[in-house]
Order: sequence, then C-alpha cells, then structure tokens
Amino acid sequence: MNKLEQQQFEYLLRLGDSDLILGQRLSAWLGHAPVLEEEMATGNVALDLVGQARSWLGLAGEIEGAGRDADRLAYFRDAFDYRNVLLAERPNGDYAYTIMRQFLYDAYHYPLLERLSASADERIREVAAKSLKEVQYHVRRSSEWVIRMGDGTRESHDRIQAALDDLWMYTGEMLTPDEVDQALLETGVAADLERVAGAWHERVREVTAEATLVIPDESWMQQGGKQGRHTEHLGYILAEMQFLPRAYPDARW
Amino acid sequence: MRAGSDIVERPSPDRIREWLTEVTDPEIPVLTIEDLGILRDIRQEDDGVRVTITPTYSGCPAMMAIRMEIVRTLNARGIDRVRVDEVLSPAWTTDWLSERGREKLRAYGIAPPAGKAQGKSALFGEPDAVACPQCGSERTTRTSEFGSTACKAMYRCEDCLEPFDYFKCI
Ligand SMILES: [Zn+2]
Repeated sequence: MNKLEQQQFEYLLRLGDSDLILGQRLSAWLGHAPVLEEEMATGNVALDLVGQARSWLGLAGEIEGAGRDADRLAYFRDAFDYRNVLLAERPNGDYAYTIMRQFLYDAYHYPLLERLSASADERIREVAAKSLKEVQYHVRRSSEWVIRMGDGTRESHDRIQAALDDLWMYTGEMLTPDEVDQALLETGVAADLERVAGAWHERVREVTAEATLVIPDESWMQQGGKQGRHTEHLGYILAEMQFLPRAYPDARW
Repeated sequence: MRAGSDIVERPSPDRIREWLTEVTDPEIPVLTIEDLGILRDIRQEDDGVRVTITPTYSGCPAMMAIRMEIVRTLNARGIDRVRVDEVLSPAWTTDWLSERGREKLRAYGIAPPAGKAQGKSALFGEPDAVACPQCGSERTTRTSEFGSTACKAMYRCEDCLEPFDYFKCI
C-alpha cells in the first residue's frame, strides 16, 4: 500500500471497527434486556451495525489487497490493530448507560454517514448511503429513550445523568480530526469532522435539554482508540468474539 | 464445453426471472424476492448465469438463505453455474416493494409501508398514519421502533386492540 492507501485502510478500519465493537457490545443484551421490545430493538441495532461493519471491513480488505476479507479482519486482529473509538468499547453498564452510549454514538454516526454519502470515493458513498437509512432509526430510538429516562422518574433521571457524566470524556476523539482524518479530508474522501461535531453538539444539546439533563463542563477528553490504544475492555470483547474462529479456524456455517 | 449446447438450451433472463418467483423471503414467506424488489439483474454470461440482488438491510440475515435458494432453484432447472452478486447501490428502498407485495403483506397481517421513504422525515417526524391490517382503523400507536426483524416496527390498534407489525419505510 502506498501512503494514501494506508490512510484509507486506517480510516475504513475506524468506521468498521467502531460499528463492529458496538454491535458486539449490544448483542450481549440478548436474553437480558429489560423489556421484550428493547430486546428486539437492541438486537436489530446490533445487527445493522455488524452488517455495516462487514461492508466497511470488506472495503478495507480490498484496499489493503492482501487477501483479507471482512471476517479475516474481524476475527484475526488483536486489540492494538483495532481502530474503534473508545466509546464503543465502554461496558454495557445498566440500561441507562447502554442507551446513553448509543445516543452519543448515533448522534455522531448519523451526520458522519450523511457527509460520507457525498465522499469522493464511490464505494464509500454506497456503503454510507445504505447505512444512513438504517441509522436514522437508531438515532430516533436512542433520542426518545434519553428523553424518556431523563425526564422520567428520579431514579431513571439520576442513572442516565450519571451515564452522561461518565461517558462524556469518551466523546472527544470521535469529533477531533487527526492526521488521517485531515489527509483524507483534503482528498475529499473523509467526512469533515468539524461539521459532524457541529451537528453532534446541536443534537446533544437539543435532546439533553428536553431530557432535563445537564451536559458536563468542558473537560479533558480521552483519546487513543482511533490509533489503536485501547482500554482494557477491548481484549475481553475480542476474546469472546474471536474465540470460535481462532479455536476452529476452518469452521464454516 | 459441450459444442452447441448453449445455443439450444440457454434460457432467457425473462424465463429465469419467472423461475426465481419461487424464491421467497424466509422471514416473510409470502413475499417473493421480486415482490420485495431486491432482485436487481439477471444476466446470461459465458460462464453461467449471474443474478444480482441487493440487501434490504446491511445486516439482513436472510440474504444468505436467499442466495442459497436462488442457486438451488436454478440448479433444479438445469442451470449448473450460478453466481449471485450483492450490490449496495442504489440502496434498497421500501418504494420498490411491488403493489402485489403490499397487498400480500396486508393479507398476512403486516401493515405495508405508509407513504414514501424519505430519509429526513423519519428522523424526528411521526410517520404517516399506519392503518391496522386487521380492521383498517388508522387509530394506531407505535409501541416499538424495532420489531421481530430489522424491517419492521411494532404497532397496536386502538380500535380492535390487536398488536401488529408494520413494515417501515426506509
Ligand atoms: Zn384494528
């Protein structure tokens, strides 16, 4: 890969890995969700995200040109090769925590895909346009739940406020461009994160206001996921997700 | 290569399309892949038949079953070499659901998509009135954005009180 291809590969891993890890997290609620409707909603959102991850990682493998397909990339990379944002690997916590994590991600994911639907790269445009249709339902659902819990009982309010406070420091890296984002923005391939951030802040303000929640003060933001520096949680996620194909590499459906 | 055999036996794409009307969505078995609008192209090529389909949702688990069913159906008609390609663009929309498909859905107890699929309007706006597939009443309430499959939401009828699935616009 030349430098530009290397950067595209990195960028696609970030898109794919974030969807994949969040999808894997969400799927752990199956069988445990608080109500039947949420059981199905969580499962469906997880499925959308894993499906989108497959498209992004498939594309990453094509650009890499080393014969790795989406499955190979998902199952045979270690934590330091993963490029997901840290928010995606936060543990599920209680349901308020899961919903807040989802909302903070959806509010970023939607404007991100909107921008990528106009990428200079046709393959990226296609995946983004497809995913965007699905994510419109994700963001609507998580927004409604944040409002319902925030403006609900004292218990639900306190729990979702605590989730917002705890997750806040993991929101910065999604919205802050680094060298890869910058280089690909200049070629028209990547999304302009400043504009994504603008849309994100607007939605977060709007929804938290209606939910009677308080946005934490400006503070230090944790970075690193996009560059492969992860929290200790990712290793456990991968251990579970990758066990079968690593133990039985030739296993097929 | 069997000399001349392809000149005599090669079925036309229309013929193949007709055969493929046997292939249904395993999750909503009343709908064929043609009703759904996911069958995008059929081509006779030198090395066999190439069928192009598009997924309804990125993670739709039915796609694998549908691919296998396409191959099985055409194999049974004597076409040995079948390739099934998936394309993402143009992205599938519920607008491609045929009229017949919508009628079948209603008869099956699933409310068909109401109105046109428009990205933005679904973001915060309420969808158009969704009519109950049992009694036709438009006094219905959404109980969940997601149903038993990615393509459906759950509703309840306020008149006949039946819960039902709604095939949502996308
Ligand atoms: Zn009714």
